[in-house]
Amino acid sequence: MIAIPLNVRAGLVSLLILATLLIAWHIAVSGSGPTAKVDPEYAKLMGATATQGKSAMPGPIEVGEKLWGLVSDPFYDRGTNDKGIGIQLGYSIGRVLLGFMLAAMVAIPLGFIVGMSPLMSAALNPFIQILKPISPLAWMPLALYTIKDSSISAIFVIFICSLWPMLINTAFGVASVRKDWVNVAKTLEMSPGRTAWRVILPAAAPTILTGMRISIGIAWLVIVAAEMLVGGTGIGYFVWNEWNNLSITNVINSILLIGVVGMILDQMLARLQSAVAYAD
Amino acid sequence: MTSNHISVQGLSRRFPDPTGKGETVVFDNVWFDVAEGEFFCVIGHSGCGKSTILNILAGLDRPSGGTIVAGGVHVDGPSLDRAVIFQGHALMPWLTALQNVELAVTSRNPDWSRAQAREHAMKFLGLVHLDHAAHKKPSQLSGGMKQRVGIARALSLEPKILLMDEPFSALDALTRGSLQDEVLEMRARTQQTTFMITHDVDEAMLLADKILLMTNGPNARVAEIVENTLPKSRSRTDLHKHPNYYPLRNHLIDFLVTRSAVMAKGDSGDFDPKNPPLIRPTHAVSAVGPPQLLSSAPATDQAPVTSAA
Repeated sequence: MIAIPLNVRAGLVSLLILATLLIAWHIAVSGSGPTAKVDPEYAKLMGATATQGKSAMPGPIEVGEKLWGLVSDPFYDRGTNDKGIGIQLGYSIGRVLLGFMLAAMVAIPLGFIVGMSPLMSAALNPFIQILKPISPLAWMPLALYTIKDSSISAIFVIFICSLWPMLINTAFGVASVRKDWVNVAKTLEMSPGRTAWRVILPAAAPTILTGMRISIGIAWLVIVAAEMLVGGTGIGYFVWNEWNNLSITNVINSILLIGVVGMILDQMLARLQSAVAYAD
Repeated sequence: MTSNHISVQGLSRRFPDPTGKGETVVFDNVWFDVAEGEFFCVIGHSGCGKSTILNILAGLDRPSGGTIVAGGVHVDGPSLDRAVIFQGHALMPWLTALQNVELAVTSRNPDWSRAQAREHAMKFLGLVHLDHAAHKKPSQLSGGMKQRVGIARALSLEPKILLMDEPFSALDALTRGSLQDEVLEMRARTQQTTFMITHDVDEAMLLADKILLMTNGPNARVAEIVENTLPKSRSRTDLHKHPNYYPLRNHLIDFLVTRSAVMAKGDSGDFDPKNPPLIRPTHAVSAVGPPQLLSSAPATDQAPVTSAA
């Protein structure tokens, strides 16, 4: 008998689970419930749900058809409330990347200072401990009041939620660089700048990247909520708008696409992480 | 006095007690000299502060008292003139063997071109027979190969003084033997002043010109300096056939097994820390007898009294 590789077998099981879930979903929503005699006006309002006992929840086929519609024309723009899914996702990704990169520009140098100086570490610790557990959305009113721009406020919220994991991981990675390597740098009379660039940064890079990966994950979680609050554009706004339109199909599709984009962002950083990893 | 000579003068190192009251004296009032081109070894039990002495010599630690003059300068920090071969190779695991050596070469010669630095690094990798592994990461190398990259890195600096901190203690006996041979061969060529820490008596006898013995810590001090009475051109294969082999070896083992502890407890009496006794164990005295003294100073049966010139 030919041995089937593990990943092929795992893939087959995954497909089986997917098929089971889709069939279960299909059966769960297609059942024809009791058709009550209703007022014709009410029946007109409620459509097939009330008159034919159809479930209000869309089935997988319906969702799939709509999904195809969304992704086959992702970049149309017909005004504020009618933009392609690609445009909405693009707004969200742009905000996440901008806030995330600003956070990295602050968190990584600051993390170096905290990690290298026991004094700064002890001095900044209370601030980090208090600021870290604050829900990033709690900053939103303050951001809106001071910045007076909803889009920039959303970027600020991403900035503030991406900051802490990167800062804490950078500081930890820098502080736990092997003493031996620092001693080598010392005996080679390397300048502080050269030591930071040639020894400490590569030594701490895997830990820093772990922090960045956590940050981008949190940022993608937060952007949906932030855009629901600020409105206008973005996938978070799109979800809420579709809920207001009572389009459960599009809500489900958005959920699916949020997951896919989140996975892509995470995988991009995972690639980067394995590029800087080293075996000791 | 030549510029590549090491002079340790009244060195002491104390650490604050964990309780916060008082201090632990690791070693106190240590004096010794290493001549230019000499291979100088320190033997002592763990805790006698031998690694601390090396760290102070390297400039990585600071003494609580006393000074060191090495390579013509007062030691008060690390220097490229004093290269260190670390106990645990201390290679950067994200760099290849060649890049690890290049890091040292470009630190030494910041104005060199990339090609020039690479060529210099390759030359020293070749010296330790690792040309074929130049582009491998440390994780792909065996323990002995890693330590050889460490040696190449230190030698590529062309330092005035080489400091070795138990460089072969983490290796298996076979690898250790072949690396000791390489060091011997390299030393014959470069004649660098070398200071090495070890707890391996055979290693010291093979490599060292002089062996410094330290009493047990805390409060360790120099007990005596033993001159290697084996011929300069020695090899691992015929070392044990020399008539001085057993007198020397017995003297060192005796010290480590009993005298290092007895001397640590005992009061040092008329011991002059500035001039620790210099001993030359040879076959002229029976192998189990007391060590022969260097000069014709009034010799008693037991205590060596002659001091280093």
